[in-house]
Amino acid sequence: MTDHSTPLVKLENVNKHFGALHVLKDINLTVSRGEVLVVIGPSGGGKSTLCRAINRLETIDGGQIVFDGRPLPAEGKALAALRSEVGMVFQSFNLFAHKTIRENVTLGPVKVRGIARDKANARAMELLERVGIAAQADKYPAQLSGGQQQRVAIARALAMDPKMILFDEPTSALDPEMVQEVLDVMVALARDGMTMVVVTHEMGFARKAANRVVFMAEGQIVEESTPDEFFTNARTERAKDFLSKILTH
Amino acid sequence: MDELITYGPQLLEGFLENIKLSLVAGVFALIVGTLLVAMRVSPTPVLRAAGTVYVNVVRNTPLTLVLAFSALGLSDTLGLVFSGVPRTNSFWIVSLGLGAYTAAFVCEALRSGINTVPTGQAEAARAIGLTFFQTLTLIILPQAFRAVVAPLGSVFIAMIKNTTVATAGGLLTESAANMKEIFDTTGASIPIFLGIVAGFMILTMPIGFFTGWLSQRLAVVR
Repeated sequence: MTDHSTPLVKLENVNKHFGALHVLKDINLTVSRGEVLVVIGPSGGGKSTLCRAINRLETIDGGQIVFDGRPLPAEGKALAALRSEVGMVFQSFNLFAHKTIRENVTLGPVKVRGIARDKANARAMELLERVGIAAQADKYPAQLSGGQQQRVAIARALAMDPKMILFDEPTSALDPEMVQEVLDVMVALARDGMTMVVVTHEMGFARKAANRVVFMAEGQIVEESTPDEFFTNARTERAKDFLSKILTH
Repeated sequence: MDELITYGPQLLEGFLENIKLSLVAGVFALIVGTLLVAMRVSPTPVLRAAGTVYVNVVRNTPLTLVLAFSALGLSDTLGLVFSGVPRTNSFWIVSLGLGAYTAAFVCEALRSGINTVPTGQAEAARAIGLTFFQTLTLIILPQAFRAVVAPLGSVFIAMIKNTTVATAGGLLTESAANMKEIFDTTGASIPIFLGIVAGFMILTMPIGFFTGWLSQRLAVVR
């Protein structure tokens, strides 16, 4: 089992505004090594912003975020170095459209890590094998289905050997029949001990793979507990209301 | 028709000069235009401002003035001399003047190309740890170039035709200057005039067809 005791990410009193909108209100949160943290809640509640703040795709106005013992660098080479250690999987995949699947996966290792191309290629094929896309390595992203593209995006993140991976609604843009193939890969990753922060509406995934569930609404963390506890016995009215709306069907 | 045959060699020599000017100015414009667009999208406000000022000043100044400034201001007054031979010096002054002018248009074409690249591409690039410069050169510009191959073709067609105002920069050896010189001695000649029109169409039309074909071939499928 992975050691869950040392925090990898620590958010302290994090605040963020979009103009007049207060999207993150005094967020305090830690993510331990090897932990799978699922963030759920209504749209516009600040989940994605929280996720994107951890690798500083969103800047914050107040408080601080500590990753692996160091505060997030503000910019430049140090920030790029930090981002290379934090994988990110986006809702809209964001595969590099002018590069093949293989090139998408090798770009980071070659250009950021300076790994030799043949070595990076071999590793890319290994990862593509693992997510079940090896046969498509020489195609371009637009030639793949959404589910396949998202699995490539996961392989691209894994190729950097990240200390954690952020998932920002990874299945929200997928056709229903493709959701499962992506979740399967994510569950396997969680089993392998990858540290993951997952913003999602997939309650099945949360139950199956999460160590902890954080419920966010109106920019605040409203409730934080184990998946079992949260789904069967939510403490706050806001969470009960949310769950009643999504679990009735 | 006789005049065209008599003066044909002189006109062809002039065309060769137009082609040489276009090649040097074209390469220079591509390089400077790419640097300018990098400045215009950079996170550094000073660079952004400098790029914006350059494009707006140069793009809105008539080319004849740009070339006259290059020859009189840069070369004669400030002493920017490429060669002791006046004709060679004028060639370089005009090439670089025309290139600097065209660069502003290349920059703006590329900038519209950058706007066709979804922001998610840059986010994904930054998320794997690429620097701003790497993101620009590996992810954004390659896609931007592909999106604007056809408009860039138009920019270069305009540039080739603009080589005919080289006189303003003191270069009197290109085909339009030759034509004027011939007209001054023999009187206006429709065959010579049409010959020059045909000459430019032979230079520019393939560029239009080629860039049109290339833009389809290189299009990034999303």
